[in-house]
Order: sequence, then C-alpha cells, then structure tokens
Amino acid sequence: MKKVKFRHSTSRLLLLSVVFLLSFTNLNFAQEGQDPADAGQASEAQAAEPGSGDVANGKALFNSLCAACHKPYSKSIGPALNGVSDRHSRTWIDSWIQNSAEMIASGDAQAVAIYEEYNKTAMPAFPQLTEAEIGDILAYVEQPKPTPVAATANGGTADGGSGGGVSNNVILMILAFVLVMLLIVLFLVNKTLRNFATASGVELPVKENRKPLYKSFVENQFLVLVTAIIVLLASGYMVYGFFMQVGVDQGYQPIQPIHYSHRIHAGDNQIECKYCHSSARTSKHSGIPSLNVCMNCHKSIGEVAESTATEEYSKEFYDKEIKKLYEATGWDPAEQAYTGETKPVKWVRIHNLPDFAYFNHSQHVSVAGIECQKCHGPIQEMEVVYQDAPLTMGWCINCHRETNVKMAGNEYYEKIHEELSKKYGVEELTAAQLGGLECGKCHY
Amino acid sequence: MSSNKKYWKSVEELNENSSIVETLQQKEFAEEIPTDEFLGDKDSLSSSSTTRRDFLKYVGFSTAAASLAACEGPVIKSIPYLVQPERIVPGIANYYATTIADGFDFSSVLVKTREGRPIKIDNNTLSAGRAGANARVNASVLSLYDSKRVKRPMANGQNVSWEDFDKQVGDALEGVTGEVVLLTQTFASPSTSKLINEFSGKFGNVRHVVYDAVSEDAALTAFQSKYGTRALANYDFSKAGTIVSVGADFLADWQGGGYDAGYAKTRIPENGKMSRHIQFESNMTLSGANADKRIPVTPAQQRAVLAALYGYISGASTSGDLPGKLDDAVVKAASQLRKAGSKGVVVSGLPDADAQALVLAINEALGSQVMDSANPKMTRQGNATAVAKLVEDMQNGSIGAILIAGVNPAYSLPNSKEFAKALKDIEVSVAFSMKEDETAKLCKFIAATPHYLESWGDVQFTKNNFSLMQPTIRPLFDTRQFQDCLLKWNGSDKSYYEYIKETWSFLGTDAWNTALHDGVFEGTAPVSVATSTSDFVGSTINTSTAARNLSTASEGKGFQLSLYTKISMGDGQQANNPWLQEMPDPLTRSSWDNYLTISRDDADALELMNENVANGALNGSYVNIKMDDVELKNVPVLIQPGQAKGSVGLALGYGKKEGIQEEMQVGVNAYPLYKDFSSIQYVNIEKAAGVHEFASVQLQNTLMGRGDIIKETTLEIFNTKDKNAYNKTPEVSLNHIETAVTSPEVDLWESFDREVGHHFNLSIDLNACTGCGACVIACHSENNVPVVGKQEIRKSRDMHWLRIDRYYSSEESFAGDIDKKR
Repeated sequence: MKKVKFRHSTSRLLLLSVVFLLSFTNLNFAQEGQDPADAGQASEAQAAEPGSGDVANGKALFNSLCAACHKPYSKSIGPALNGVSDRHSRTWIDSWIQNSAEMIASGDAQAVAIYEEYNKTAMPAFPQLTEAEIGDILAYVEQPKPTPVAATANGGTADGGSGGGVSNNVILMILAFVLVMLLIVLFLVNKTLRNFATASGVELPVKENRKPLYKSFVENQFLVLVTAIIVLLASGYMVYGFFMQVGVDQGYQPIQPIHYSHRIHAGDNQIECKYCHSSARTSKHSGIPSLNVCMNCHKSIGEVAESTATEEYSKEFYDKEIKKLYEATGWDPAEQAYTGETKPVKWVRIHNLPDFAYFNHSQHVSVAGIECQKCHGPIQEMEVVYQDAPLTMGWCINCHRETNVKMAGNEYYEKIHEELSKKYGVEELTAAQLGGLECGKCHY
Repeated sequence: MSSNKKYWKSVEELNENSSIVETLQQKEFAEEIPTDEFLGDKDSLSSSSTTRRDFLKYVGFSTAAASLAACEGPVIKSIPYLVQPERIVPGIANYYATTIADGFDFSSVLVKTREGRPIKIDNNTLSAGRAGANARVNASVLSLYDSKRVKRPMANGQNVSWEDFDKQVGDALEGVTGEVVLLTQTFASPSTSKLINEFSGKFGNVRHVVYDAVSEDAALTAFQSKYGTRALANYDFSKAGTIVSVGADFLADWQGGGYDAGYAKTRIPENGKMSRHIQFESNMTLSGANADKRIPVTPAQQRAVLAALYGYISGASTSGDLPGKLDDAVVKAASQLRKAGSKGVVVSGLPDADAQALVLAINEALGSQVMDSANPKMTRQGNATAVAKLVEDMQNGSIGAILIAGVNPAYSLPNSKEFAKALKDIEVSVAFSMKEDETAKLCKFIAATPHYLESWGDVQFTKNNFSLMQPTIRPLFDTRQFQDCLLKWNGSDKSYYEYIKETWSFLGTDAWNTALHDGVFEGTAPVSVATSTSDFVGSTINTSTAARNLSTASEGKGFQLSLYTKISMGDGQQANNPWLQEMPDPLTRSSWDNYLTISRDDADALELMNENVANGALNGSYVNIKMDDVELKNVPVLIQPGQAKGSVGLALGYGKKEGIQEEMQVGVNAYPLYKDFSSIQYVNIEKAAGVHEFASVQLQNTLMGRGDIIKETTLEIFNTKDKNAYNKTPEVSLNHIETAVTSPEVDLWESFDREVGHHFNLSIDLNACTGCGACVIACHSENNVPVVGKQEIRKSRDMHWLRIDRYYSSEESFAGDIDKKR
C-alpha cells in the first residue's frame, strides 16, 4: 500500500509541474503574436478611396503646398480640410484656392467668415493649381480618417513600455522555478528509492569515512596563507571598486516626466542640438530648452507619423506624450490657442558636476568646436537619454591631454600658437599644453 | 627709514611680556583646541546637536551608516522656463542700472541679476565722479530678501487688501480736521516733489517736512545763505592739491559721502606728485588714518582752528588763543593752502552754520576748483527747525493726519519719546515702511513699501545730474510705493512709472531709453526738489561775526562727545542686515557693537580698561553717559589710540528694537544724545559695573610673524630712490639661506609656465585704498560668504575672505615716539 501511495504522489507532482510550465510557455507565445495586427493600417488607407481624383498625386501636392498650414483631420493655422467639399461648393473652393484675397475683398460672406475666424491670416494664392489638381488634393483629404486600429491591438504595449523586459523576467522566473522543481523531484525520487531499498531489505553501500576536505585545508598552512592573501586582495579590490564608483553615475537613465525622444528629434529629424539647447553657445549651461521652443514646431505637429512608431513605443504612446506637452504649456489644439493654464515640467537632471568643478559649455562648444556627442554619447540614437561619460576628473583630464586645439581661423590663438609650438616643438597643441591642466582653471 | 618703525594693531602688542601676542603670532588660535576634552566627554558629545558633531558620533559607533548615506546620489529636478524671456540666458547674468536713494545713501549702481533675481550690487561706472557703492549699498541687496519686511498693508494691526486700505485711509483723510503732514526722508526726486505738490493741491492744508535722521542742517543753511539754494557744496577731490579737513570724515559719510573715489585719484603718485592731506579731528576716523598729518583736537578746539585758519587765509585779524603747537600746525596748514591756491580746499564737519559759512568763505577766498557751488548736491534736504516745529505742533494737537515715509522718527529723533507720545494721539497716522519698526508700530496704518530694487524713481544727485531707479525684480511681497499710493489718493489711475516718464517727457523717447539704460543723465530739473525756500528766515551769515563766534565759543563742562556714523551701519536703516553687523569697523576692528571711544589718558583717569582674555578676545568696561536729563546706561568703552584727549566718540544707528531680528538688536541707541541735531555734545561719563565682551578681531588676526610685508615710504624716497630701497622683496629662510619669496624654490606649487599667452592677476594699489571696506561686503555678496555671529567672531572664527588690517605705527620705543611728536 505504501508503495502505491508514494508513486502516486510523485507522478502527480511531475504532472502538475509540466502543466504549470506549459501554461507559461503559452502566455509567452500570445505576446509574440501581436505583430500582424499592425498590418491592417496600411491597407486601410488604400481601400478607402472615394470618388474621382488621383490620391497619390493629391498627397504629393498636399505635402508640398498645403501641409505647412493645413492638416487633413485637425485644425492648424488653417482649418482642417477633411469635409471641405461638404462645407463649400467645388467652384467656391477653386476660386478660393486660386485667389482667396480677391474673394475676401469682394465681400464673399463665407470667405470673410473664414478670414475672421483664423485671425485674419491670409492664405497665399495658388493660381498654378489646375482644377484637376485641386480635385486630386480634395480626393486625398476627403479620405475618411483611418480608424485607429492599432489602438486596440497595441494597447498592451502602449502602457507597458518595457514589454520585452517583462517577458524576459518571466522566462527567467519559469526557468528558476523548473530547476527548483527538478531538485525537489530528484530529492523525492531519491528518498522514494531509498525507502524502496529499505523496505525490500537492500543493503545500501555505506560511505567510507574520509577526512573532510576543510580539515586538510586548515592543516595546510601554506594554502591558508595564500588563500588569505587572495581573499584580502580581492576584497581590497572590491572595496576600491566600490568607492571609486561612488558619485559616478555613468549610465544613469532616469524616467522623465515627458518621454522626449532624442532619437526622433536629433536622429531621425536631424534637428541641430543647439536649436533647442541654444544657451550652450553663449553660456556655461547648455540649458534645458524652455517649452516655448518645443511649441515652435509642436504647434503644428500634434501627432507623430505612423513611421515614427517603433516596436517598443507605439504612435499612440508618442501622441500621448505630445499631449503632455500641450498640457504643460496650456495649448488647446482644438482652439489653436493658449489657455493660460500652465504646468511647468520637472525634468530629472542627468548630468551633474559637483559644485566645486567649473565647466563652461560655450568654451567647449563655441570656441573649441567640440561635437556634443563627444561627451554626451550617441545622443541621436537614445530613445531615453542616459549619462554616457563617467564625468570624472580623470576623464576630463584625459581628453584635455589628447585633444588638439583647433587654432585655425581663430585670431586669438595665432600668436600663442606660434610661440607655444616653438616651445614644445610640435605643430599641433593639446588643450593641456595650453594650460588645460591647471587646477585653478576648473577649481577656484 | 621704515625699518626702525614698529607697527601694531592692538595696544596689547606693545606689551613685550604678553603671552597671547606671542602665541597668536605663531598659531591661529591662542588656546589649545579642546578636541580630546570634547570627544572624551560623553555628556557634552551627546548633548551637542550640530550636524558636524553628529558626524563625529557616527564615526564613533557606526561608520557604515554614515558612508552608506553618502553613496546615494540625490535626484535633482530641473524646471526650465515655460516661455524663456528673450534677454535671459541661463547662466549669464543681466545687469541693470538703478539708483539707491534711501535718504542716507544715494548712489547710482549696476545690479547683477541672475534669472530675474538681483544678487549683487556693482558700481555704475557711467556715473563716474558721483557717489560710488559703499559697504551699505553693497549690502543692500540682502535687505531685499529680509524676512522681517512688512509683507502686505496693515490697518490697525490687521492685514488688509490694498483696496480696503485705500478706502479706509481715503475715508480717514476726507474726514480729517487739522493739518495733513507729510514727514518724509530726502527723496531728492523731481517727480516725487511734483507729486507732493499735487497732493497738497488736492487736500489743501498740507505741510511737507523733510527729515534726515543724520542731519546736515548747518551746512545746508550756510550754503543757502550764501548761494540761495538749499543744497550742499559739491567737492571734486580729484582736483585737490592740499586738503585741510577740520573734523570732516569726508572719506566716510560726511555730507552724504561718496568722495573717496576722487580723493584716491590724487593719492597715487603721478609725475612725482600726491595731494597733501591735513586732518584736525577728535575721533580717529578713516580720513584721519589716511591723512599725511593728523592733529587730534577736541571739537571745541576745532572751532578755534577753523576761525584761525580763516584769519590766516583771509588776512583778517584773529583773536584766537590756540596753544602754541596747535597754532603752528594751523599756520603751516594755511601756508600750504595758500601755496596750493585754487587746488587747495578746506572742509569741515562741525555742526554749526557759522563754521560751514567760514568753510565756504575760505574756499571762495582760495578760488578753490575743488569746491563746486554751481552744481551743488541735492541729496540732503532735511530741515531741523521744521522737524522741531512739527513735534511741537503734534504735541499741541494741531495736526490731523501724518503720513510718514522712509524715516523712523520714533527711533531716530533725539526727542523720540515726545514724538511717539504725540503720534499716538494723532487721528490718522500712516507709515510707509518696509519694516514694522518703532514708528510703524505706533501708526494706525502701515503701507508696505517695496525695496528700492523693486521700485521706480528719479533722483537729482546734483543740480544738473540725475539718475533713474528701475525695478530689477517683480515685488516679492504685496507692496506698493509711497508715490503710487499718493497717485492713487490723488485720484490718478497712472502708475508712478508712467508719472516719471511724463515728468521727463520733454527728453524724448530715445533720450529716456538711453537714460534708463545708463542709469544717469545730465539735464535740468523740471521741478525743484528743494523744499520751499520761503521757509528760510535766517539772514546771510556775516563771516567775520561767524569767525568771532567760533573763536569765542564758550566751552561746556565734561567730555566733548562727537556722534558719528559707522561705515557699516550709517544711520541704522539696515540694522537688520547681518553682513553689515558683522563687518569689522575699519578702525576699531570691532563688529556687532557700538561703543564709546576714549583716549588712553582719559580712560586711565576714569579707571576704564580694555584687556585681552586668554583667547585674544577683547573685553572692556562699561560707562554711563549723562547729558542733562538723558542718560545712556552701560555703554561699552573702547580705548582708541589717536582719540583727542577730552573727547569721546559714539556711533549712531545702533540699539534698534523693533522690526529687527533678536541677534541684530545690539549696541546702544545714541540718538537721544543727538540734541538739536548737533553731532557735538557735552556729556558726563562715569564708570559702571560689569565687563563688556567685544567681537573685535584686532588682536587675533596677525601677520603670523611676517611683519616685513608692511611697506611704507615717503614721496621723496619714492621719487628719488631705487625700488629696492623702499620695496625690498621679502625673504624667507630656505635651508638656512635667505631666499626671496618670489623664487620658485620656496614656492609650494610647481608653477606653470606663464611666458606665453594671457594670464590674469589681481593687484590692488594700496595707495588708492582708503579702507572703506566696501570690498569686504562685495565679496560676501559675490561669494555667499556665511555670517558666523558675535560669539564666533570673538573666538576669531570670522569668515571674511577679505581682511583689511589697520596698523598703528610708532617708533621702536615710546621715547622715540614722543621725540617724533615734538
């Protein structure tokens, strides 16, 4: 009876663990299976092709002529164009596009109304557009707005930005669990077998009583000495390593209140760093751009393009971040106006130099002409910015030793260069040779 | 020449047997620092609550806890602008020209602002020649952030809104019976004068009384009687060849101050020439310390000296009976003045219209280019008679309403008790004040006024020189300017800014913008800032009668007290400013106090003592000062070398009690002794019990045995001899060989090669340094140097980065010193 009982419990455990394991694997498969849903969007646009007109040509024309002031589905500097054919007659639209000023001057009621509504911003005349071309543009803008398919399908990733990380953890946890289970199973099997053995009277071989390893180790003084030295050295090294990293925050990558992607701005769109960080040119601070700088562009960029979205971050995710910007600046995209209700953003500072070290951005950026990336790393590839350099004194000094000063075209350096190069007998001078290692230059 | 001279900073140093002096020359602290005692004593260790000591506790039993706490880096948040103002670049300071005009200090300054916050006051170099920023002006930026400021208007002790305040005051003023009085500081502002005239027009029956806490009434009266304008003669000391000062500390606050920069120019040997400066004075002052010849004389003798000097210069007969030696000095001074001719100038600080009239007459007689009577100073307008009359009228009840702006008469009037009593009975009393001070506390309404860095204004420095005041920060509190209130009550909806612009509209927009940018401009006043001249009843002063009056003035009994203002405290407006409290006086080197300065002989006669305790700190006796029915009790005594025998000195501006932090309530209020606004009084002094603890750094700060870095020479040697004769490079002993300190071998640092390129150094021409101490405060403001408080200063733990030492000098022995005096 006993035997049966034992076998039963073991097999049950085994079975359970296998089921458990499988259930997790299944979940894992479900996560990977999301991708195909995205595909729906592209086909959607082509399917909904209303009436006459060449949509492709219309899109090209729209992007080159209209997009500066109009968006198809929302207000910008001018009104949203979707639905314009319902609001106005085709002939009215044609003459408005060809010469809007004339229509306003002639006192056309609709024309004047629009003119007034948009703060008397005149729309330039486009006499070069033919009726057919206008038809193409209309065809393009009158496509129904693509329903946000991705919103439902991609919901999972939208809020959990680090989906990949979670699944990895889950796999690791499962592996650990399985190993633990295996250990338990082995132990149980062993125990069961022993029980069998004792029950069936099998003599188990008794282990020979050998001298324990630790005892022989303790008796060997040489070994103890060597080990002690090794342990001391190793712990010394570790303590040194620990203290050397105190205050060094290399790789520090905090979560910012608004997910601002340098990859999109500096990378994909190639925006010059100093467009936003303008004070780096003249001041010791590079400056966190004030939000009005963001609004220079984001007044008309209310959402990101489909192509901007990545596997990790969806279009909806980015659009939500732009909404945060609007909230902070008090911009009402529907009214295209500031509400006056503002909420300053508390960014988390990443690069911190201690107070006793003086660093001047303008000296490095404007005078030395150093690329921002030299210290800040591949910023144009960073989705979330992290501290690339250790920002230690050794790191500063090293660069000062190695970097040749750009003296060409700088009048100030002409004479100094001549005299210094004679003195050191070199053609190129490093920052160190110019006095870049003097303590008082940075600590005073 | 200089080698046989002995320099000393404290009388204690003349005592060859003093162990404290010996110790302090070698060590920073005279006493052993009781570290073992402190750390060994469990009780004191655990009862200590400062964080530094807490750290020691951590070291004691839990190093791990302390070090772990240090490993976690803090998360730092940065909040950028929503809309960055166009002219602001983070990290780059903006500068604005503005003007301080608090009734005592008038100066055109440049304000350094960081992201919209003023952090430092600089000199406005475009206003060259006019008053520069002294220590108080430099410190005034801290007063802006004073937490003791009145933050919103108050009516009958309750906070109210400005609407309520306007309504209540408006109603009260409507129903007032009797005169309406405006008691104000000297504004010297054309726009304010115009505004007050309009206010008078609206309410009728309005009297405007200008009150200066520290009065220049005598000089104003003398000038008015001679030239017709109530103003002060202006002096350009940069043109001076010979300066004779009779009791005028013109390097400090004499007649509004601001003369040090011009003076310094003539003290730098140029083409082998320097100005010669002769000073007759009773207190030891900065001017006396800078003088080529200083003659200590009592105030009574000063009158006689001035009369004699007038006699010698004008050739009129004098009936003076000066002691022979003093007479010789006056004769010498007169002959040097005559030799200097139009480059000579005489100035005097005697609070006596006769004396001031003589000064003007002497300078006229010399044809002095230094004195400028055509473009006089307008920054003192206070009228002593008018103030006295006002207090009288307040007492007999003919005043219905009083508006007090920028002054604190309940503290600073000699008869403040009577004033305070009368003020309580006045129907409507409004104080325009930054603090809930003695006066504001007694008023029914307190109008919270902004600091000058939050205000608009225009100031007439001299007849032709103007300056503009503009805000450099949005008002920190719910405050409103005096002028804005008047505008409102006049029924105008203009702001004072618009009003000033209108006053100066004849300049044109461009000139206005330039003036606002530069801070200063020249022109003519659209409105006279002088109070109506019809008040003036005094006839012209006859100089010969004046001279006779002076030389025959009868001497009173007791000690002759000269009341003065300290360079750090002035009239006491900024008494709540810790930078100023902690600034050591340039001469006594004491901070956090005022005290009676007395000569060694007089002190010995009265058995008063000063002594240095074991750690080098100074202790002194107390005295009671009596003058008629006024008595000041427990005034500490400081024995001042160079004080004229028979005279004593005491600083005004201390002993404030209201609207001021407890730690800053130091010193005694000397204003009760300022009878009839005369800075010279006869007083009786008697010793009181007790010992006063001074916070004086004069013994503790030493040169650490490097006395040979003090250099002094005469102009003759400077002109004729080689540099090594008077400025030998100091030497130190290196391996028992005397080596020049400039040698690289004795340098602690491995020096960089400085042959090529630009290198910067800072050198200060000590000839140009008058010792005013403005740099000490400027350094505090620039570098955020902490204030340590009186007790710590006493322990020589002062944290000033700049130390302006003052040395007395004498011959090797006292015998030699006396020989030299003969």
